[in-house]
Amino acid sequence: MVADEDKVFKALADASRRQLLDRLRRQGGLTLGELCKSYDMSRQAVTKHLALLEAANLVVSVKQGREKLHYLNPVPINEIYMRWIGKFEQKQVQALFNLKQALKENE
Amino acid sequence: MIMSKPELIYTTYIRSTPEKLWNAITNPEFARQYWGGNENVSDWKPGSKWVHVTGDAERAIRITGKVVESVPPKRLVLTWADPANEGDVSRVTFEIEPLEDAVRLDVIHGDFQPDSDMINKVSGGWPRVLSSLKSFLETGKPLAIASCQSKHAAEVAHA
Repeated sequence: MVADEDKVFKALADASRRQLLDRLRRQGGLTLGELCKSYDMSRQAVTKHLALLEAANLVVSVKQGREKLHYLNPVPINEIYMRWIGKFEQKQVQALFNLKQALKENE
Repeated sequence: MIMSKPELIYTTYIRSTPEKLWNAITNPEFARQYWGGNENVSDWKPGSKWVHVTGDAERAIRITGKVVESVPPKRLVLTWADPANEGDVSRVTFEIEPLEDAVRLDVIHGDFQPDSDMINKVSGGWPRVLSSLKSFLETGKPLAIASCQSKHAAEVAHA
Protein backbone atom coordinates (compact mmCIF):
# COMPACT_ATOMS: atom_id res chain seq x y z
CA MET A 1 0.00 0.00 0.00
CA VAL A 2 2.86 2.35 0.71
CA ALA A 3 3.63 4.16 -2.52
CA ASP A 4 7.23 3.50 -3.40
CA GLU A 5 9.71 5.62 -5.27
CA ASP A 6 9.75 3.39 -8.36
CA LYS A 7 6.07 4.12 -8.86
CA VAL A 8 6.69 7.85 -8.54
CA PHE A 9 9.48 7.86 -11.13
CA LYS A 10 7.52 5.65 -13.54
CA ALA A 11 4.47 7.87 -13.19
CA LEU A 12 6.56 10.97 -13.89
CA ALA A 13 8.29 9.40 -16.92
CA ASP A 14 5.48 10.33 -19.29
CA ALA A 15 4.73 13.72 -20.83
CA SER A 16 0.94 13.27 -20.75
CA ARG A 17 0.97 12.45 -17.07
CA ARG A 18 3.21 15.42 -16.32
CA GLN A 19 0.71 17.59 -18.23
CA LEU A 20 -2.10 16.27 -16.06
CA LEU A 21 -0.07 17.20 -12.96
CA ASP A 22 0.57 20.68 -14.42
CA ARG A 23 -3.15 21.10 -14.95
CA LEU A 24 -3.97 20.04 -11.39
CA ARG A 25 -1.29 22.35 -10.05
CA ARG A 26 -3.00 25.29 -11.73
CA GLN A 27 -6.39 24.20 -10.45
CA GLY A 28 -7.20 21.52 -7.92
CA GLY A 29 -10.44 19.61 -7.56
CA LEU A 30 -11.09 18.81 -11.24
CA THR A 31 -13.32 15.96 -12.37
CA LEU A 32 -12.39 13.39 -15.01
CA GLY A 33 -14.60 15.23 -17.49
CA GLU A 34 -12.92 18.56 -16.82
CA LEU A 35 -9.47 16.99 -17.21
CA CYS A 36 -10.45 15.38 -20.50
CA LYS A 37 -11.61 18.74 -21.88
CA SER A 38 -8.15 20.22 -21.31
CA TYR A 39 -6.33 17.70 -23.48
CA ASP A 40 -6.54 15.91 -26.73
CA MET A 41 -6.75 12.57 -24.97
CA SER A 42 -9.50 9.99 -24.83
CA ARG A 43 -11.43 9.47 -21.62
CA GLN A 44 -9.89 5.99 -21.35
CA ALA A 45 -6.36 7.35 -21.71
CA VAL A 46 -6.91 10.00 -19.04
CA THR A 47 -8.50 7.40 -16.72
CA LYS A 48 -5.48 5.13 -17.17
CA HIS A 49 -3.00 7.95 -16.52
CA LEU A 50 -4.91 9.07 -13.42
CA ALA A 51 -4.89 5.52 -12.03
CA LEU A 52 -1.09 5.39 -12.36
CA LEU A 53 -0.72 8.83 -10.80
CA GLU A 54 -2.99 7.84 -7.91
CA ALA A 55 -1.06 4.59 -7.35
CA ALA A 56 2.10 6.70 -7.08
CA ASN A 57 0.29 9.02 -4.63
CA LEU A 58 0.95 11.98 -6.92
CA VAL A 59 -2.78 12.53 -7.35
CA VAL A 60 -5.36 12.13 -4.61
CA SER A 61 -9.08 12.16 -5.17
CA VAL A 62 -12.12 12.78 -3.01
CA LYS A 63 -15.69 11.85 -3.75
CA GLN A 64 -18.22 14.63 -3.69
CA GLY A 65 -21.67 13.32 -4.47
CA ARG A 66 -21.35 11.46 -7.74
CA GLU A 67 -18.23 13.32 -8.78
CA LYS A 68 -14.63 12.40 -8.08
CA LEU A 69 -12.40 15.43 -7.61
CA HIS A 70 -8.67 15.18 -8.33
CA TYR A 71 -5.83 17.02 -6.61
CA LEU A 72 -2.08 17.22 -7.12
CA ASN A 73 -0.28 15.75 -4.10
CA PRO A 74 3.31 17.05 -4.16
CA VAL A 75 4.42 15.24 -0.97
CA PRO A 76 6.24 12.35 -2.78
CA ILE A 77 8.06 14.87 -5.00
CA ASN A 78 9.17 16.76 -1.92
CA GLU A 79 10.53 13.50 -0.48
CA ILE A 80 12.65 13.00 -3.61
CA TYR A 81 13.81 16.61 -3.43
CA MET A 82 14.77 16.29 0.23
CA ARG A 83 16.63 13.05 -0.40
CA TRP A 84 19.19 14.64 -2.69
CA ILE A 85 19.09 18.29 -1.77
CA GLY A 86 20.07 18.99 1.81
CA LYS A 87 19.39 21.93 4.03
CA PHE A 88 22.53 23.80 3.03
CA GLU A 89 22.20 23.25 -0.72
CA GLN A 90 18.64 24.54 -0.95
CA LYS A 91 19.65 28.19 -1.29
CA GLN A 92 22.30 27.53 -3.97
CA VAL A 93 19.95 25.33 -6.00
CA GLN A 94 17.22 27.96 -5.74
CA ALA A 95 19.65 30.68 -6.82
CA LEU A 96 20.65 28.67 -9.92
CA PHE A 97 17.00 28.03 -10.73
CA ASN A 98 16.19 31.75 -10.40
CA LEU A 99 19.15 32.64 -12.64
CA LYS A 100 18.00 30.18 -15.30
CA GLN A 101 14.45 31.57 -15.18
CA ALA A 102 15.74 35.15 -15.46
CA LEU A 103 17.92 34.27 -18.46
CA LYS A 104 15.02 32.48 -20.16
CA GLU A 105 12.84 35.56 -19.75
CA ASN A 106 15.52 37.75 -21.35
CA GLU A 107 15.84 35.57 -24.44
CA MET B 1 -18.36 13.28 2.73
CA ILE B 2 -16.94 16.74 2.65
CA MET B 3 -18.94 19.91 3.10
CA SER B 4 -17.55 22.14 0.39
CA LYS B 5 -14.95 21.60 -2.30
CA PRO B 6 -11.61 21.59 -0.49
CA GLU B 7 -8.80 23.63 -1.96
CA LEU B 8 -5.76 21.64 -0.82
CA ILE B 9 -5.37 17.96 -0.08
CA TYR B 10 -2.13 16.28 0.86
CA THR B 11 -1.64 12.57 1.45
CA THR B 12 1.26 10.63 2.81
CA TYR B 13 1.72 6.99 3.78
CA ILE B 14 3.77 6.49 6.92
CA ARG B 15 5.08 3.25 8.41
CA SER B 16 3.75 3.91 11.88
CA THR B 17 0.62 3.53 13.99
CA PRO B 18 -2.37 5.89 14.26
CA GLU B 19 -1.55 6.53 17.93
CA LYS B 20 2.04 7.54 17.19
CA LEU B 21 0.92 9.76 14.33
CA TRP B 22 -1.75 11.43 16.49
CA ASN B 23 0.90 12.04 19.14
CA ALA B 24 3.31 13.50 16.59
CA ILE B 25 0.72 16.11 15.62
CA THR B 26 -0.71 16.95 19.06
CA ASN B 27 2.22 16.50 21.43
CA PRO B 28 4.43 19.63 21.57
CA GLU B 29 7.53 17.58 22.39
CA PHE B 30 7.18 15.71 19.10
CA ALA B 31 5.88 18.45 16.82
CA ARG B 32 8.81 20.71 17.72
CA GLN B 33 11.22 18.13 16.31
CA TYR B 34 9.91 18.02 12.75
CA TRP B 35 7.67 21.12 12.30
CA GLY B 36 10.36 23.77 11.90
CA GLY B 37 10.86 23.99 15.67
CA ASN B 38 7.21 24.87 16.30
CA GLU B 39 4.70 23.18 18.60
CA ASN B 40 0.96 22.60 18.51
CA VAL B 41 -0.50 23.28 21.96
CA SER B 42 -4.03 22.58 23.19
CA ASP B 43 -5.97 20.17 25.38
CA TRP B 44 -7.43 18.98 22.04
CA LYS B 45 -11.02 19.00 23.28
CA PRO B 46 -13.75 20.21 20.90
CA GLY B 47 -14.30 23.93 21.42
CA SER B 48 -10.86 24.48 22.98
CA LYS B 49 -8.32 26.92 21.64
CA TRP B 50 -5.17 25.63 19.95
CA VAL B 51 -2.02 27.50 19.01
CA HIS B 52 0.91 26.84 16.72
CA VAL B 53 3.74 28.38 18.69
CA THR B 54 7.52 28.66 18.38
CA GLY B 55 9.40 26.15 20.54
CA ASP B 56 11.97 28.73 21.67
CA ALA B 57 11.85 31.11 24.62
CA GLU B 58 9.88 33.66 22.62
CA ARG B 59 6.80 31.36 22.46
CA ALA B 60 5.46 33.45 19.58
CA ILE B 61 2.04 32.39 18.33
CA ARG B 62 2.15 31.81 14.58
CA ILE B 63 -1.26 30.27 14.00
CA THR B 64 -4.30 30.13 16.24
CA GLY B 65 -7.74 28.57 16.12
CA LYS B 66 -10.36 26.34 17.73
CA VAL B 67 -10.59 22.58 17.92
CA VAL B 68 -13.71 21.76 15.91
CA GLU B 69 -13.59 17.99 16.10
CA SER B 70 -11.23 15.67 17.93
CA VAL B 71 -11.48 11.88 17.59
CA PRO B 72 -8.13 10.39 18.61
CA PRO B 73 -6.41 8.74 16.82
CA LYS B 74 -8.55 9.20 13.71
CA ARG B 75 -9.69 12.70 12.95
CA LEU B 76 -8.77 16.20 14.05
CA VAL B 77 -10.48 19.29 12.65
CA LEU B 78 -9.11 22.75 13.47
CA THR B 79 -9.82 26.30 12.46
CA TRP B 80 -6.68 28.06 11.27
CA ALA B 81 -5.88 31.79 11.36
CA ASP B 82 -3.01 34.23 11.64
CA PRO B 83 -3.32 35.76 15.15
CA ALA B 84 -2.85 39.20 13.57
CA ASN B 85 -5.90 38.62 11.37
CA GLU B 86 -8.25 36.17 13.06
CA GLY B 87 -11.13 36.94 10.69
CA ASP B 88 -9.16 35.36 7.86
CA VAL B 89 -10.02 31.89 9.10
CA SER B 90 -9.76 28.59 7.24
CA ARG B 91 -10.10 24.97 8.25
CA VAL B 92 -7.62 22.11 8.48
CA THR B 93 -8.63 18.45 8.77
CA PHE B 94 -6.24 15.64 9.64
CA GLU B 95 -7.58 12.19 8.74
CA ILE B 96 -5.67 9.14 9.92
CA GLU B 97 -6.51 5.77 8.40
CA PRO B 98 -4.76 2.57 9.53
CA LEU B 99 -3.55 0.23 6.78
CA GLU B 100 -1.94 -3.19 7.02
CA ASP B 101 1.59 -2.05 7.76
CA ALA B 102 1.26 1.71 7.70
CA VAL B 103 -1.07 4.63 8.17
CA ARG B 104 -2.46 7.01 5.61
CA LEU B 105 -2.54 10.67 6.62
CA ASP B 106 -4.71 13.10 4.70
CA VAL B 107 -4.40 16.80 5.40
CA ILE B 108 -7.23 18.82 3.93
CA HIS B 109 -6.94 22.60 4.07
CA GLY B 110 -10.03 24.42 2.84
CA ASP B 111 -12.84 26.86 3.58
CA PHE B 112 -10.53 29.79 2.83
CA GLN B 113 -12.12 33.24 2.99
CA PRO B 114 -12.90 34.60 -0.49
CA ASP B 115 -10.26 37.36 -0.46
CA SER B 116 -7.69 35.44 1.57
CA ASP B 117 -4.14 34.78 0.42
CA MET B 118 -3.66 32.13 3.12
CA ILE B 119 -3.82 29.41 0.45
CA ASN B 120 -0.65 30.79 -1.17
CA LYS B 121 1.10 31.03 2.18
CA VAL B 122 0.49 27.43 3.20
CA SER B 123 0.59 25.51 -0.09
CA GLY B 124 4.40 25.40 -0.17
CA GLY B 125 4.70 24.51 3.49
CA TRP B 126 2.43 21.49 3.91
CA PRO B 127 4.44 19.11 1.65
CA ARG B 128 7.61 20.00 3.57
CA VAL B 129 6.00 19.51 6.97
CA LEU B 130 4.47 16.19 5.93
CA SER B 131 7.73 14.83 4.43
CA SER B 132 9.52 15.80 7.60
CA LEU B 133 6.81 14.19 9.76
CA LYS B 134 7.07 10.96 7.74
CA SER B 135 10.83 10.89 8.11
CA PHE B 136 10.58 11.66 11.83
CA LEU B 137 8.17 8.78 12.47
CA GLU B 138 9.91 6.25 10.23
CA THR B 139 13.54 6.96 11.06
CA GLY B 140 13.43 9.03 14.23
CA LYS B 141 15.02 11.87 12.31
CA PRO B 142 13.12 14.80 10.82
CA LEU B 143 14.19 16.22 7.46
CA ALA B 144 16.43 19.22 7.64
CA ILE B 145 13.94 21.86 6.63
CA ALA B 146 15.73 25.10 5.87
CA SER B 147 14.73 27.55 8.55
CA CYS B 148 12.65 30.34 7.13
CA GLN B 149 13.88 33.84 7.84
CA SER B 150 10.65 35.48 6.79
CA LYS B 151 8.81 37.39 9.46
CA HIS B 152 5.51 36.36 7.95
CA ALA B 153 3.54 34.34 10.46
CA ALA B 154 2.08 31.70 8.19
CA GLU B 155 5.32 31.21 6.31
CA VAL B 156 7.22 30.83 9.56
CA ALA B 157 4.63 28.34 10.72
CA HIS B 158 5.61 26.25 7.75
CA ALA B 159 9.33 26.96 7.73
